[in-house]
Amino acid sequence: MTLLEVRTDALNTIAEELTARVAESPAFFNNNPLVLGFEQLRGGEHSFDLKALVALCRELGFIPAAIKGGNAELETLALSLGLATLPRGKAKGSTTLEIEKSPPRAKTSTTSDPVTVTSFVPPQVIDTPVRSGQQIYTKGDLIILSSVSAGAEVLADGNIHIYGALRGRALAGVQGDENARIFCQSQEAELIAVAGQYVVDEDLRAQHWKSPIQAYCANGKLVIAPLF
Amino acid sequence: MAKIIVVTSGKGGVGKTTTSSSISSGLALRGHKTAVIDFDIGLRNLDLIMNVERRVVYDFVNVINGEASLKQALIKDKRTDNLFILPASQTRDKDALTAEGVERVLNELSDMGFEYIICDSPAGIEHGAFMALYFADEAVVVANPEVSSVRDSDRILGILQSKSRKAERGERVQEHLLITRYNPERVAKGEMLGVKDVEEILATKLLGVIPECETVLKASNQGTPVIYDTESKAGKAYTDAVGRLLGDIIEHRYLTPEHKTLFQRLFRRSA
Repeated sequence: MTLLEVRTDALNTIAEELTARVAESPAFFNNNPLVLGFEQLRGGEHSFDLKALVALCRELGFIPAAIKGGNAELETLALSLGLATLPRGKAKGSTTLEIEKSPPRAKTSTTSDPVTVTSFVPPQVIDTPVRSGQQIYTKGDLIILSSVSAGAEVLADGNIHIYGALRGRALAGVQGDENARIFCQSQEAELIAVAGQYVVDEDLRAQHWKSPIQAYCANGKLVIAPLF
Repeated sequence: MAKIIVVTSGKGGVGKTTTSSSISSGLALRGHKTAVIDFDIGLRNLDLIMNVERRVVYDFVNVINGEASLKQALIKDKRTDNLFILPASQTRDKDALTAEGVERVLNELSDMGFEYIICDSPAGIEHGAFMALYFADEAVVVANPEVSSVRDSDRILGILQSKSRKAERGERVQEHLLITRYNPERVAKGEMLGVKDVEEILATKLLGVIPECETVLKASNQGTPVIYDTESKAGKAYTDAVGRLLGDIIEHRYLTPEHKTLFQRLFRRSA
């Protein structure tokens, strides 16, 4: 569920910023349910063209599902458009996509980015074995409910969890995140790497071979530690 | 609709053609109308093992190119009424196979009332092997109990579940693992991978284990699929595998070394 926090009643500003945001990662937002938040739109509610905004969102690949924190007038309008209404308050665990009210011309010196995205990248879950010759990369965390075969390669910007044996290569934090970790139920790997620090097969055989391990960076070195 | 089953392995020489001939014969013997297609264009072998090489007039590539009808090219097996063989061309190469052509032949076979179509894949992961597996509903992956064969089978399983037509439609090809040339004595000595090891690495349901048996080579040379040798272990193991493919529940046999009697041991030593 994504929350679109509306801070302006200027529809063309919203359209511009939303289009730019979607263009950055079209697949990520595609067919995503969307909540339209009106808590921060102070004053502009009575004349707000909700129908046009809903049409715009649909056009961009979102599925508007509900409005949040609107006044009675907006809520009636929402219900007539087939949207649910949510009470005011902080929605936990949702992605927030904020569109700020365009600052007045006189104060254009503020350098803050008008669009702030606290985006949560959902983990990719794989429930089949990752076979030799296959390569899987994900921007968030990678969760594999099976084994990674010899000759297969799994990469993630975040952590990698393997609930089977790791016989191939696993590389976590490939964009340089030194806090990323790799977990697996049986360490039989060809290569393990976190944020560019790596250990290969030869050295891995001496470190908890065929046992459950986690791998993480400490003081710029890769540590292979038993899980239990 | 006919069920299309590819017999594949990645690695060469592990027993794909032997398996194709025995499984197709076994399905026909159980009363199912079956066609077996040799996809190994340029290195045709299936007709030799099925003893029909002298009856080949037209082949798979002729049918794809429209130079012969499917009826003209299909060779009826002399041992059972339900089995037909579509031989490969010996003079062409694998590029002669086109996806449209293969699909047309498979559809035509299905329309002719065939229940099972067995595709005997060439070794490797190139065009020929890809054409053999692309349209498959199920796959029999043949592996020998040794690391390189198991690795190649793993690779081909990955290709099956990512590049086949079923995978493109978001479905899964049903996988069956067939371990061939299994020698329980050598496994006990630690010279060969055990069934458990292979199953664990490949994480695939076991269809059968064919023991290493001299009758396999003999049967190939005579042009009789080994499944007809009902006295041999390999023949029995293939019959079991066909049963399991059809949904029978049959316990696996020949997995452990046979106990030799004292007399056999003494006899072997003195011989």
